[in-house]
Amino acid sequence: MLANQIGQYSLILGLFFSILIIPVSIKNFNKNDQIIDSRIISISFLQFFLVLVSFCGLILSFINSDFSNQTVYNNSHTTKPLFYKISGTWGNHEGSLLLWLLVLTLFIFLFLIKSSKQPKKYRILTLIFQQIIIIGFFLFILITSNPFNYLFPVPNEGLGLNPILQDPALAIHPPILYLGYVGSSIILSSSLAATVQKYISKDWAKHIKIWILVSWIFLTLGIMLGSIWAYYELGWGGFWFWDPVENVSLMPWLCLTALLHCILVLEKKLLLTSWVIILSIATFTLSMSGTFLVRSGILNSIHTFANDPGRGIFILVFLFILIFISLVIFFSFHKKNHSKNIKIYWLSKESSILINNWFMMYFLSVILIGTVYPIFLEVLSSEKISVGPPFYNKLIIPFLIIFLIFMSVGPNLNWIKSEFKKIDNKNIIIFIISLVISFLIIIQSDSKSLINTILISSAFYLFFVTVKDFFSKKYKNYSQKISHLGFSLLILSILLNNFFSSEIITNLKVGEKFSFQENHITFESIENKESKNYKSIIGHFRIEDKKGSLIKLKPELRIYDYPFTITSEADIKTTIYSDKFLVMNLVKGNEYFNIRYQLKPFMIWIWISTLIIVIGGIFSLFNKTYEK
Amino acid sequence: MKNKIFLISLLLFFSFCFVVLFKGLNNSNVYVPKKTTEKTLVNFVAKDFFTEKEIYFDEIFIDSEFYILNIWSSWCLPCRKEHPKLMQLSKNKSLKLIGLNYRDNKKNAKKFINKFGNPYSSILSDRDGTIAIEWGAYGVPETTIIDRNKKILKKFIGPLDDKSIKEINLIIK
Repeated sequence: MLANQIGQYSLILGLFFSILIIPVSIKNFNKNDQIIDSRIISISFLQFFLVLVSFCGLILSFINSDFSNQTVYNNSHTTKPLFYKISGTWGNHEGSLLLWLLVLTLFIFLFLIKSSKQPKKYRILTLIFQQIIIIGFFLFILITSNPFNYLFPVPNEGLGLNPILQDPALAIHPPILYLGYVGSSIILSSSLAATVQKYISKDWAKHIKIWILVSWIFLTLGIMLGSIWAYYELGWGGFWFWDPVENVSLMPWLCLTALLHCILVLEKKLLLTSWVIILSIATFTLSMSGTFLVRSGILNSIHTFANDPGRGIFILVFLFILIFISLVIFFSFHKKNHSKNIKIYWLSKESSILINNWFMMYFLSVILIGTVYPIFLEVLSSEKISVGPPFYNKLIIPFLIIFLIFMSVGPNLNWIKSEFKKIDNKNIIIFIISLVISFLIIIQSDSKSLINTILISSAFYLFFVTVKDFFSKKYKNYSQKISHLGFSLLILSILLNNFFSSEIITNLKVGEKFSFQENHITFESIENKESKNYKSIIGHFRIEDKKGSLIKLKPELRIYDYPFTITSEADIKTTIYSDKFLVMNLVKGNEYFNIRYQLKPFMIWIWISTLIIVIGGIFSLFNKTYEK
Repeated sequence: MKNKIFLISLLLFFSFCFVVLFKGLNNSNVYVPKKTTEKTLVNFVAKDFFTEKEIYFDEIFIDSEFYILNIWSSWCLPCRKEHPKLMQLSKNKSLKLIGLNYRDNKKNAKKFINKFGNPYSSILSDRDGTIAIEWGAYGVPETTIIDRNKKILKKFIGPLDDKSIKEINLIIK
């Protein structure tokens, strides 16, 4: 009760302070000194603190199961374990927006502290742009999705959290993803401010690079966690489904990755300035559109929680206002630096990064079209279509091959100009080796085609080249090498996983047995179990593979009461070579269970390689020495 | 100058996106299957449940004013629940009930009929479920009321209840 009230009022007070910042900063902006008014920093801390109080208030309401709060009533239940009561705070629309706001205010405060070496006017302008976004979110929360709505009479019991959201990976997935999304808002504000102040320089690049890196790291981690959740919890036996909501997190990632590469060029050579600004705008716009698509219910997806058009309209209007402001600023303040006229040679690091950008933009537009086209088509012609994996595979795979080859060449080029050296013998040997290996691999698989061979061999080539570079004696840019190694490993494991996954679906009852690729699977028994907030049926399976080693798998069916849902928990046996994945489902009114058994090679490597990519990013945060 | 044109066209493009997304928001994204009323039943050939003889669909619809097509199965619990309603309907003289035994075991289906009574003037068997598909069925049970011209008047998806019986009585009046 009390926590609820405190939360509500501190949120309103927070809005007051965030509006107050604007006149104070404008006044300070016009003063001719180099010191930022300390009041501004205090107010922005206050703003963050009040949102924090409000967020804690919401968490407390969840912990105490205070059902006079509508959000708690809709998303919690007394029998839920404490951990999921807390994670339920951001597992719903209202709470997750409050988390957005919390991160927004935290980031601008950190930005103010960390940027003390930057020019004052640039800092204040960044703050003002950021405040516009923050106020927008404040209003959005208070008007359309207040997490502190009061219910009277107070219900005795809540409706419960959607069971598929009750998963450890998903408990931390939204906060991490949001850190990435929100970080991109700082990048937007900062690059707009830098454009207005004509402060796009090497210094600026050096300073904003850290923010780009941080958001990129969080975004990558966030996407990975989401994917892990989909693999373990949804029980569809895959890690990426090209679901609109997944795409929506991948698009800012592609943009941010391109931006990360561009900012390096800007930092060294003061080139690609327009690219940097446009990518900054695009990254945040795409993150916001992500929020719009997920939250407005315009898309049909497993992630759509809220179905309130009023909210959608608010985000939509807000999003387009931001786009308009950004575009107008970009076009009226950004002047290209014609005087310098640096020539870009085609065989140089700059041009390879530019090529990287074009590829990123291509992948981005494929995904964007695949995600948004169905909506446009439905509005314009009221025809409903859905775009699935074949679309993405067809459009992305051929270009991926060229992209991988460029990626193996690019990082080894020099800045400004590389000589077209004699083609290295080593590289030819590596290329031939990868061709042979992939040929041998493809012959083993079911999908023998030329394009697959080329695809795998280019992935192998990239992998070998990055491994070779990793141990070479030249200058060492560890962060780049680690990340690229991770990426090549990721592509390789995804491809091998795709080609060699096999599955069988069958109906079994207790005591029956079936064989699949020399594996013998026996359904031994079922067991009923009661847990705190669900009942479960556990199947005991014994799997004997061709070498005679035994493993036991226990897939589970969980029957939740609040709200009534049945989820199936896959049991997965992970080894470094492959995953054995078993999931069972009820067949209505029958003693049979529907069993799906999958062999997924190299599954764990997908997560490991993503982690390696992230580690590369973290390395670069602490790496103060740059290649010259 | 060039910049301005570029800016304006970009702004126009985004405004267009805005309008489309705005309209998209107001569209409901819940699927509504098209209504099958005002349609006529397609031709079909089915086996008679008891005699296993093939019947052409014109042979079935000859002498009654209205027909009720009911898809049922012995394994379907809601069918069991709606069965008394069908028995009640079968007393009506202006009606003829035709059952489609959907994906069923003949022995179980016979047991079902013996136990609960046979409201149907004829039963067709649909072992593999293809006729139900031709009828445009969503599942079992499902009841369609058609007139002499084989025009579909109304379709009830799911078991019949008192409300649907009332509606049927209104239609055949």
